[in-house]
Amino acid sequence: MPHIHDEKVKELEEKALKVRELIIEMLLEAKSGHSAGPLGMADIFVALYFHILHHDPKNPEWPDRDRLILSNGHICPVRYATMALAGYFPIEELKTLRKFGTRLQGHPERLRLPGVETTSGPLGSGLGQAAGLAYGARMDGKKWRTYCAMSDAEQAAGVCYEAMLFAGRNKLSNLTGIIDRNNIQIDGNTEDIMPLEPLRAKYEANNWHVIEANGNDMRQFINAVEEAKTIYEKPTVIIAHTIPGRGVSFMEKKFEWHGIPPNKEQAAQALLELRTLQGKITSEHE
Amino acid sequence: MPLNPSAKLNPALLNISQLEQKPTRDGYGQGIVIAGKANKEVVVLCCDLTESTRSLAFKKEFPDRFVQLGVSEQSMIVIAAGLALAGKVPWTSSYAVFSPGRSWEQVRTNMALNVANVKIAGAHSGVSVGPDGATHQAIEDITIMRVIPNMTVIAPADMIETKKVVIAASKMQGPVYVRFAREKSPVFTTEETPFEIGKAVTLWDGTDVAIIACGPLVHNALLAAGELAKKKISARVINMHTIKPLDEEAILKAAQECGAIVTVEEHQISGGLGGAVCEVLAEQFPTPVERIGVRDRFGESGEPNELIEAFGMGVSHITEAVLKVLARKH
Repeated sequence: MPHIHDEKVKELEEKALKVRELIIEMLLEAKSGHSAGPLGMADIFVALYFHILHHDPKNPEWPDRDRLILSNGHICPVRYATMALAGYFPIEELKTLRKFGTRLQGHPERLRLPGVETTSGPLGSGLGQAAGLAYGARMDGKKWRTYCAMSDAEQAAGVCYEAMLFAGRNKLSNLTGIIDRNNIQIDGNTEDIMPLEPLRAKYEANNWHVIEANGNDMRQFINAVEEAKTIYEKPTVIIAHTIPGRGVSFMEKKFEWHGIPPNKEQAAQALLELRTLQGKITSEHE
Repeated sequence: MPLNPSAKLNPALLNISQLEQKPTRDGYGQGIVIAGKANKEVVVLCCDLTESTRSLAFKKEFPDRFVQLGVSEQSMIVIAAGLALAGKVPWTSSYAVFSPGRSWEQVRTNMALNVANVKIAGAHSGVSVGPDGATHQAIEDITIMRVIPNMTVIAPADMIETKKVVIAASKMQGPVYVRFAREKSPVFTTEETPFEIGKAVTLWDGTDVAIIACGPLVHNALLAAGELAKKKISARVINMHTIKPLDEEAILKAAQECGAIVTVEEHQISGGLGGAVCEVLAEQFPTPVERIGVRDRFGESGEPNELIEAFGMGVSHITEAVLKVLARKH
């Protein structure tokens, strides 16, 4: 497994912090949208766009790029912020989120913004599209890989379960699922609303390789993706345990922050907390 | 003989005993094989109905390009969208009640809004599915598909036309829904009959009334026109195979030249072909219309022809509707 240097990890963590700031600023400006999920997934999106994916922000249609499907489209602020930081479009455009005429729709649309691989929002439909992409790539002998970021709650959707069966039965080893296991959904905690456990066993029973990782730990997550690339017999799903609202103390682990944006005072407090973390991030898990 | 010569129909079209009887689903089976030979990107997906949807022919010819999904109609559309994004031209095959019926939101979001190049084959449409009963008779599918932006919706009239539809839809870019029927029906068009998506074909010329029909019932409309001719009523028969995009020009021309319209479809009259024609006429050229089709009820078990009669879609019902609309004509 390729070694990742401490310096690189630190650089990625700093980028994740910047993405979190951009998310808060976007949501404040938009006055609607989701806070907890995007903040919790900032580390994973930075790892994907700045280390894992083969992609070219200046050539989003590059045929051999890796595909990243975002199934739970409502966390798109994290994708938009990371894409802007990666150079897909100007950072200033993030302020147009959810506004009339924007390329940054409230839920992402493929043909509006180059680099968004598919239109998503209604939950459960990402894994099937990712499986279709992976199946098509394999038919053509293409080397690019497909990643699918999903929420935990959408695992309850029948269409998602169907896709899990399909990918497992067809041994789509060029497909990597990433489940944001943050344990919250709009109405409450997942295990209270509709228990998902044993999630690992469900995927394993359907011919998936399962890795559990701390989704807020850059090195752990990157290592999990590297492990997935070595599995040739079956698709891999990474159950990424994350803290919803990560980085903003009053949002962390609170399902109430699933579907709302911060107001002006809350945003100021959030940005203060995030900026205070600058320069301290590597000491946290050492 | 008011038969439109440029439609190049089978000259025996009014003599059912001389016409070959084939279900339109057979045209799907033949069409996807031809489309598959022409374009190696064409793939076929199926939900455990390989024989009855006629996707079996493609499976035999191109086993590596056939994808079996089991009973998973929602993910079939979603997986097809993914295949389309990877450059494939996927045809999904199931019964219309299941797909697009069960998979409507997947069609809306992942196919239509996403502009994914997926083609839906909806078999077993109409009450002529017969003994299986209401659960398996799709009579709402045109409505739920044509309301979605970016969709093309087609109901071919016979086996040969279905084959042409499948070949043409495979060549065009964008989401398409094609419905076809289980039961055998007269093959009255020929290989030479013109077909173009979105362009209605006048099969029978007439000036007193225009019968606008889609699907296998187009043949009943022709038989009705033959009966009406005996009563000195000159009926135009238009095959409106494409319900979306609708050939408004043909509808308006018919309304202006004939002054009375009857629509015929094996589908709910609300929101289907009849609804679509009324929308055009109400806004642009108000004209008396009578609609033949299912009237806000479910189907039931029975023999196909028995059900067509029981649901008021037989030849005599069409001629009655013509007399009724003529009485309303100014």
